[in-house]
Order: sequence, then structure tokens, then C-alpha cells
Amino acid sequence: MHALPWDLQLQNTLAALLLLLSFAMLSQRRIVALVDLLALQGALLGIATLLLAWRTGSRHLYFSAALTLGLKVIFLPWLLHRLIRRLGVYWDTEPLLNIAGTMLVGVLVVIFAFGLAQPISALASTATRNSIGIAVAVILIAFLTMITRRKAMSQVVGFLSMENGLFFGAMSATYGMPMIVELGVALDVLVAMLVLGVFFFQIREQFDSLDLKHFESLKEDQ
Amino acid sequence: MNVFDWIVQLAGIALAVAAAPVFVGWVNQCRAWLQNKSAPSLLLPYRGIRKLFHKDAVIADNASRLFRLAPYVVFGAMVSAAAVIPTIATRMPFTQAADAIALVGLLATARLFLSLAAMDVGTAFGTLGARREMMIGFLAEPALLVVIFVFSLQFSTTALPMIAERLSAQAFALNPSLAFTAVAFTMILLAENARIPVDNPATHLELTMIHEALLLEYSARHLALMEWAAALKLFNYACIGIAVFIPWGIATSHEPLELAVSALLLGVKLLAAGLGLALIETVSAKLRVFRAPEFLATAFLFAVLGLLVRLLLGA
Repeated sequence: MHALPWDLQLQNTLAALLLLLSFAMLSQRRIVALVDLLALQGALLGIATLLLAWRTGSRHLYFSAALTLGLKVIFLPWLLHRLIRRLGVYWDTEPLLNIAGTMLVGVLVVIFAFGLAQPISALASTATRNSIGIAVAVILIAFLTMITRRKAMSQVVGFLSMENGLFFGAMSATYGMPMIVELGVALDVLVAMLVLGVFFFQIREQFDSLDLKHFESLKEDQ
Repeated sequence: MNVFDWIVQLAGIALAVAAAPVFVGWVNQCRAWLQNKSAPSLLLPYRGIRKLFHKDAVIADNASRLFRLAPYVVFGAMVSAAAVIPTIATRMPFTQAADAIALVGLLATARLFLSLAAMDVGTAFGTLGARREMMIGFLAEPALLVVIFVFSLQFSTTALPMIAERLSAQAFALNPSLAFTAVAFTMILLAENARIPVDNPATHLELTMIHEALLLEYSARHLALMEWAAALKLFNYACIGIAVFIPWGIATSHEPLELAVSALLLGVKLLAAGLGLALIETVSAKLRVFRAPEFLATAFLFAVLGLLVRLLLGA
């Protein structure tokens, strides 16, 4: 077996850990721990970006690494923790499917994602093209996290995790998106988060709960 | 095959059988130290076994022949498993006779006889223990097989000695799939050997016990063999883990010097493994029996993730 350079080895390990964290988020029932896992995912992503920036020597990857660390590791988790404290929602209710079932679906999703990413990896010419499959898997598992949760808070965490996956995918496939797009996405996420924060209070005022099943009563009466 | 090979092989088996109770004693000693207790002697398991051999066996009236036979089958299966695992050298007559899947089969045979014997007398506890043992077993076995598949994918063989040789010949590289697999294997080891997150080896509390419930009806030499087999099982699992995850230093030829170095290294690795085991047992709390499937599902997930990461990253 040919040996890879050490930074690519580390990159692969980080990709594997990202996948592991996605599964940890899928199985986590406590919202506080979920936010901590999200911060950890952001940190791993930041380190992976830094490594890639060092490898390619492109300056905008350093910027996006700094952006990731500042926004996704420090600011958003802080904001989420503050929201959790002020809303007093520490527990998610039972997810719609049981944990073991969700895990099994998760494994199937990963296999699907790997199959999906195979032709893309074959076309890409980056050194990190093997990680594309993992990025797609992270996106789909985050999606699954959103589907299997009922509370607005965990859905938002799932959404942010999905954004992490997208970012990782762009990085592995094409060494990151153009700077302006990345800034735009980061700003989008930030604003979405702030708006959703206000939204949580509105939802709670309206329904006395953050459970999204109450939204069904908004449908027009037949 | 020359005579020397066979001598080395038989010596290896004798060493494993003799060292197993000491290994259990070492784990108990480490655990006592970590819990600030004064530690029992390393040879305490031996003394227990000797005491049991000197007693007269009592067997229930309605016990069938299976009940008498089971201790010998279980002990025999564990000794054969010890023969198959490459502990000191990779090129030995028995280690090439069976691969890892046959090894899983051997361990399953032991479990089958243990559970049947526990149900044989018909007491409530025996049946309860047998059911729990089977619940753990049917979840742990597929996970163990997936662990083996990760290796067979990477080294294109299911034979443990080949895996050990090829891994120790490789240059050191970060290997996420092996790391995941190692976590899965550790969890399976804990569950299969009735260690703390799943079962507590030091208690007879009826609501939680698994392994002890299986042995309640046994006494004297039968119990001694069962206890010895349990010690040997733990030793075997530790040796499998060492052979596939940290095989560096294992002898590939039969030079006496190389064999001696390999045996010494194995001893050091076993001491470290025992310490690690005691550490895990000290810092974790026992799970409810109904949470055990979740624990093993996590082990299975780790193993499958190792497989998937290996397939995708090729790392």
C-alpha cells in the first residue's frame, strides 16, 4: 500500500470523524449536547480547511477557516446556548423513530451517499476528492436528523449541520467556493440564525411549545 | 512442519491456559488500585480454581448428560480458540488451520453449550441468564464479524496470522477505519466477557447478573472449569485485539531469540491491555440490561462505519 502524505492522512481522519459526529448527532437526545456536537463539528471543519489551505496555499481558504472557527465554533453555539437557557428547552422529546432504527436508516443513507458521490469523485481532480462521499453523507444525515426531530431547536441544529456538510463538500470537490459566495453563505446562515432566534419566541408565544406538530393546526379547515 | 514448530505451538497453548487466570487477577488488581482498595493477590483466581477442584461436585437430580458435558466442551472450545489465535508467532501449525470466522464459530459453540446447560436444570435464574447471554451474543457476533470484514477488506485475508503479519510489515499511517474498528472491538470485548458496562463480574445481584446466572447450578470441578474457561475467553479476546490492532513485534520465524522478544512484548501489551480494561471499568457505570442492545448497536455502528470509511477513503 502506498503511503499518503501526512496532511492527507490527517484530512481523511478528520473526514471520518465528521461522519462519526453526524451519527452522534443523529443519536443524541439532549439538545445541549447536540449544540456542543455542532460546535465540535465546526471545529473539525475549521481544522480541515486550515490543512487544505496550507496544502494549496490559497489565501481565501485561510479566510474561510477563520470564518468557520469564529462563526461556527464560537458565535453560533454561544447564541444557541443562550437561546436554550432563555427558552428553558433542555430536552428533546422522543424522536419519531427509535434510536436503533434511525441508526440503521443512517447507515443506508451513507451507502446511498457513497454511491451518489462515486461518479463525482471520479471526475474531480482535487487531492481530497475521496471525501466528497463523506460530505454528501454528512448532508443527508443532517437532513435525517431534521426529519426525525419534532422540536424547532433540534431542527435548526440539523440545518446548521447540513450547512457544515455543504461547506465540506465544496471544499473537497473544488477547494472551496469563491470567496464572495462563501461570505454570502456565512452571512445567510448568520442572519437565518438571528431571525430563527426571534422566531422561536414567536412560536412559543403562539403555541406555548416549540413542538412543530402544532403547525398542523395552521392548515386551512377543509 | 518440523518437531520444533509443534513444540512452540504446544508451549504457546500451555502458556495461554496458564496465563489466563493471572491476567484476570491482574485486571482485578488494577481495578482495586484505581478504586483505592488494597489489591488482592495476582494468584487469587488460581487459588479459587484449586479450591474448587478439591471439592465434591453436587449436581441437580434432573440434570441431563448435557449438563455434565458442557464444562468440558466450553473449556475445550476456549483452548482450541487459544490455539488458533497467533499470540507469540504467526507461523504455527494450528494458527493456519482456522481463520477468524472459524474462531467466531468456536466462541459461539462455547456460548451455545453454556446457555443450553444453564437452561437444562430448569431453574428460573439459569433460563434468565441464558436468555440474556443469547441476547448479548446475537448482537455482538455480527459486530465481531463486521470487525473481521474490515480487516479482510484491507488485507484480503480472514486469517489472523496473515493480518498480523501484513499490518506489522506496514509503515505507520493514520488509519481512521482501524481506529473505529478498535473502538467497536473494545465494546464487543466488554459485552462478551461480562465486564462492567454490560454485566458486573463481581456481583450476584439477581436482577442484573448475566454470566453468574449461567453458572449458578455448577459446583466444584465443573465450576472450576467454567471459571477457567471464562478467564481464558477474556485472555483470548485480549490476544485477538493485540494480534490485529498492535501486532508489532510478533515473531514471523522460529528463531529462539525472536520468540523470546515476542513473548516479552506480548506480556507488556497484555499488562497494558489489562490496565486499560480496569480503567474503562472504573470510569463507567453499569448499564441497565435493556440498554445493552443500544450499547452493542453502537459497537455495530462503529464497525460498519469503519467498513464504510475504508471503502470510500481507501484509508
